[in-house]
Amino acid sequence: MSEALRSIIIILSVIGGVMTIAAGLIWVERRLLALWQDRYGPNRVGAFGLLQVLADMIKVLTKEDWIPPFADKSVFFLTPAIIAITTLLTFAVIPFTSTILVADLNIGVLFFLAMSSLGVYSVTLAGWASASKYSLLGGLRAAAQMISYEVFMGLSLMGAVMLAGSFDLRVIVEAQRGLWYVVPQFAGFVIFFIAGVAETHRLPFDLPEAESELVAGYHSEYSGMKFGMFFVGEYIGITLISALITVLFFGGWLGPVLPPVVWFLIKTFFFIGFFILLRAALPRPRYDQLMALGWKVLLPVSLLNLAVTGGIMLAGR
Amino acid sequence: MSDKTVLEELQGRFAPGPVLPQKTLDGIPTAWVPAEKCHDALKYLKYESPRRFRMLYDLTAIDERARTGKTPGQRPDGDFSVVYHLLSYDSNEDVRLKVALKGDRPSLRSAVDIWPAANWYEREVWDMFGIGFEGHPHLRRILMPPTWEGHPLRKDHPARATEMGPFRLPEEKMEEEQKALQFRPEDWGMKRKPRAEGTDYMFLNLGPHHPGTHGLLRIVLELDGEEISDAVVEIGFHHRGAEKMGERQSWHTYIPYTDRIDYLGGVINNLAYVLAVERLAGIEVPERVQVIRVMLTELFRIESHLVWYGTFAQDLGGLSPVFYTFNDRERVFAIIEAVCGGRMHPSWFRIGGVAQDLPRGWDKLVREFLDYLPGRLAEYDNMIMKNRLYKMRTKGVGRITLDEAIEWGITGPNLRACGLEWDFRKKRPYSGYGQFEFEIPTAADGDCYSRAAVRVEEIRQSMRIVEQCLNNMPPGHHKSEHPLATPPLKGHTMHDIETLIDHFLGVSWGPVIPPGEVSFGIEAAKGNNSYYLISDGNTVSYRTRIRTPSFPHMQAIPMMCRGLMIPDLIAILGSIDFILADVDR
Repeated sequence: MSEALRSIIIILSVIGGVMTIAAGLIWVERRLLALWQDRYGPNRVGAFGLLQVLADMIKVLTKEDWIPPFADKSVFFLTPAIIAITTLLTFAVIPFTSTILVADLNIGVLFFLAMSSLGVYSVTLAGWASASKYSLLGGLRAAAQMISYEVFMGLSLMGAVMLAGSFDLRVIVEAQRGLWYVVPQFAGFVIFFIAGVAETHRLPFDLPEAESELVAGYHSEYSGMKFGMFFVGEYIGITLISALITVLFFGGWLGPVLPPVVWFLIKTFFFIGFFILLRAALPRPRYDQLMALGWKVLLPVSLLNLAVTGGIMLAGR
Repeated sequence: MSDKTVLEELQGRFAPGPVLPQKTLDGIPTAWVPAEKCHDALKYLKYESPRRFRMLYDLTAIDERARTGKTPGQRPDGDFSVVYHLLSYDSNEDVRLKVALKGDRPSLRSAVDIWPAANWYEREVWDMFGIGFEGHPHLRRILMPPTWEGHPLRKDHPARATEMGPFRLPEEKMEEEQKALQFRPEDWGMKRKPRAEGTDYMFLNLGPHHPGTHGLLRIVLELDGEEISDAVVEIGFHHRGAEKMGERQSWHTYIPYTDRIDYLGGVINNLAYVLAVERLAGIEVPERVQVIRVMLTELFRIESHLVWYGTFAQDLGGLSPVFYTFNDRERVFAIIEAVCGGRMHPSWFRIGGVAQDLPRGWDKLVREFLDYLPGRLAEYDNMIMKNRLYKMRTKGVGRITLDEAIEWGITGPNLRACGLEWDFRKKRPYSGYGQFEFEIPTAADGDCYSRAAVRVEEIRQSMRIVEQCLNNMPPGHHKSEHPLATPPLKGHTMHDIETLIDHFLGVSWGPVIPPGEVSFGIEAAKGNNSYYLISDGNTVSYRTRIRTPSFPHMQAIPMMCRGLMIPDLIAILGSIDFILADVDR
C-alpha cells in the first residue's frame, strides 16, 4: 500500500514539477532574453513579473479556440496533445535521484528515443492538418529535420550506453561516479546537444516555425490552448533534453554536499539557460544547410565516436 | 568621347530636325523627340552613343492640359508628355528625352525591350496617366487597385475626398473588390506551366501581411518544393498619392509629405526636395546651412542603416541585434530630437535653409554619440558580419552582376555592392559634400553579404562626415536672405512695408516659384532619390515626380530570387533595404 502511495506521490510531483518548470520557463526565458537584449522583459505582474506566468495562462485559456473551417478537424485537435504527452511521458524514466523516479525501466534510453520519434508526428501532422501552405511547409521541414536529427541523437547516446553497459538511465548515472561521461564522450555530448536543439526546434534550428519566413510555421493556424500546448510542449522539451544531458553526460544527481535532487536541478537549469542563450545569440541556417550539417558532419562524427569508443573498450578489456 | 554634346549627337543622328532641345534649370540636356523616333533614340543612346546611357534612371509623364503657358522654352503641342531620364555612369552625364502625345488615350512604343526596368515605370505611367505602351508584356495597374476608375495623376482626376461623392461600399461592390484581390496566375503574368505528369507547382501568397516583408508587400511565389521558380511582386498597398499632393500643397507645405516617402530617411527626403526647389528659385544657401544639412542627413543615414542592420539580422533569424541597433538608433534620435524637435519625421529643412539654428549644447550630444557608436559597431561586426551562420546565409545568395544592376536601375549601396564605386555625394557633390573627406565603400560580389558589408562601412563613413561637421561648423545664418526663402527671415519686416507684404504673402500663400523645370537627385540612405519639379510660376508645383530608389530595387527582386529558397528570398528582402512607402509613394 505504502509502495503504491509513494509511486502516486512521485508521479504527481514529477508531473506537477515539470509543468511548473515548463510554465515558469516562459517567464525565465523572457527575462533572460530581455537581460541579454538590453531591455526589461515582463516585470509588471507581481514581484519581478513572476505572476506573468499566471497572466499568460489566463490569456491563453480564455482566448478563442478557433479551428479553421478548412482544417482536418480531428487531427488538428489531437496533435497539440501528442507533443505534450510524449515529452511528459519521457519524464517517467528520468532518474531525478536514485530513489525519485517514476518507472525504473531497464530500457530507459530506448523509451526516450521512441517517445521523441512519436513527438515528430505532432509537429508534422499539425502542419498537415492545418491545410495551410505555411503550416504545410513548416510541417515538411519539421519532418525532415526531426527524423534526420533523431538518427544521430540515437547514435550519440550509444557511447554512454556502451560505457555503462546498460540502457537503464539510473545505471548510467551510477556508472559516472568516478568520471562524468562528458569527458570520455565529449563528441557524443556535443552531438546530442545539437540534435536536442533540433529536436525541440529551438533557435538556431527553429526552421519548422521560422517566424520571418513561414509566419509561425506548423502552428500558424493554432490559437488558444491548442497553441498553448505547443508552446508549453516546447518548454517541456527543453527541460527534458536538459535533464537528459544531465543524466547521460553530467552525472545526474551526483555531487558533493548538496542533496542529490538539488544537484540535478542545478545541472538541468544550467543547460536550460544555455538553450535560451543560444536563442539570443544565433541566427538560423537554411533548411538545406541544416540537412547538410546533419548528414555530412554530425552523422560521420557520431559513427566515428561510436567506433572509437568501442575500439578503446575492446582494447581495454 | 566626342566633343559634341549629347543633343548635338542626337540631332546629327536623327537629322533633319526632329530633335528639339529644351532649356532646363538643372543643366540636364533635354530634348523633345517625335513619338515614332523615340524608341530609336533611346536605343541609340543606350547602345550606340559614345556616352553609353546604360541606365534608365526614371520614366514618367506629365499631363500638359492644364498648363497656363507661362513655361519658358518651346514645347511641341501635346496633351501628355512622356519623360525618359537616362544616366551614364561612364561619362557621369544625364539626358532627358521628352515625347509629346496627343489625344485622350495616347500610346507609345514600350521600352521594355531596351531596359527591363522600364516594365514597372511604364505600368506606373499607364496607371497614373492612362498612357498605353505598345508591346508591353503586362500592362496592368501597379499602384492603384485593379478596380480603380480613372488615372489619378491626370489633372481632371480629383485629388481629395471632398471633391468626390461620398464613399459607399455596398455588398456587391465589396464582393467585386474582394474578387479582384483573388489570385489568378494569368492576371499576374504567370503561366501555369505543365510539368511532369502528376506534379504541379505550389503557389504561395507571401503577404501583404508577413513578418518578412517589412510592411505591406505581396509576393506570389511559384514553388517547386521550397525552391522558387517564379515570383511576382505586387506593390501599391502603401500608395498615398504623394505626387498628386505635390500639385495641391504649396511649395513650403509639401515638405512634411517628403519626410514620409522614405520614412526612415527623415530629412534626407527634405534635402532632395528642398535642393530642387532652391535650384528652381535660384537660392544659394549660406555655408552654415549646408553643413547643418549635411550633418543631419548623415545622422539620418546612420539611423536608417542601424534599423536595416537589426532587421536584416532578424530576417536571418537572429533575435537580439534588432534590440541593440534600435537602442543605438534611440541615441541618434536623441540628437535629432534636440536639434529638430521631432524624431522620425522632423520636416526640418526649409526652402533656403533650415527651421532653426542649432540648439546650445548640440556639439556635446553629437560628440558623445561619435564616441559611443564605434565600440558598438565593432561588437556587431563580431556578432553578425563575422558570424559563420550569417555568412552561410548571405554569401552567394541573391547575387546580381554590375551589368544587371545598371540595367535594372539599382542605385546606392546595392549598386556599390556590385563593385561600382559610385556615390552621388562624391560624383556630383551637392550641399557642400565636395568639401568632406570620406570614402565610398564598395564590395565585389553583389550578393546579400556584400550589400550588408557596404552598409556597415557606410555607417562608419557617415560618422566621419558628422565628425567633420562637428569640428568645422561655420558661423552664420540658418537661412538664406533670398526673398523666396520660406518662411522668410524677419530682419526687415518691421522696417518697411514692402518686405512686410512679401513676408505676409510668403507665409500665407507660400512663395511663388519662378517657372522652370528641374530635377535633383541625391544619395539617399537607400539609393538615389530625386525630385523632378515643374513650376508654372505658381504657389504649387505643376508636376512633382519623386524618383525613389526602392521602386527599381523592388522590381529586381524576382530576378534575384529565382532558383533560390524561401529563406533566401527573405535574406534578399532584408539585404535590399527597401521601404515600402519609398516604393509606392
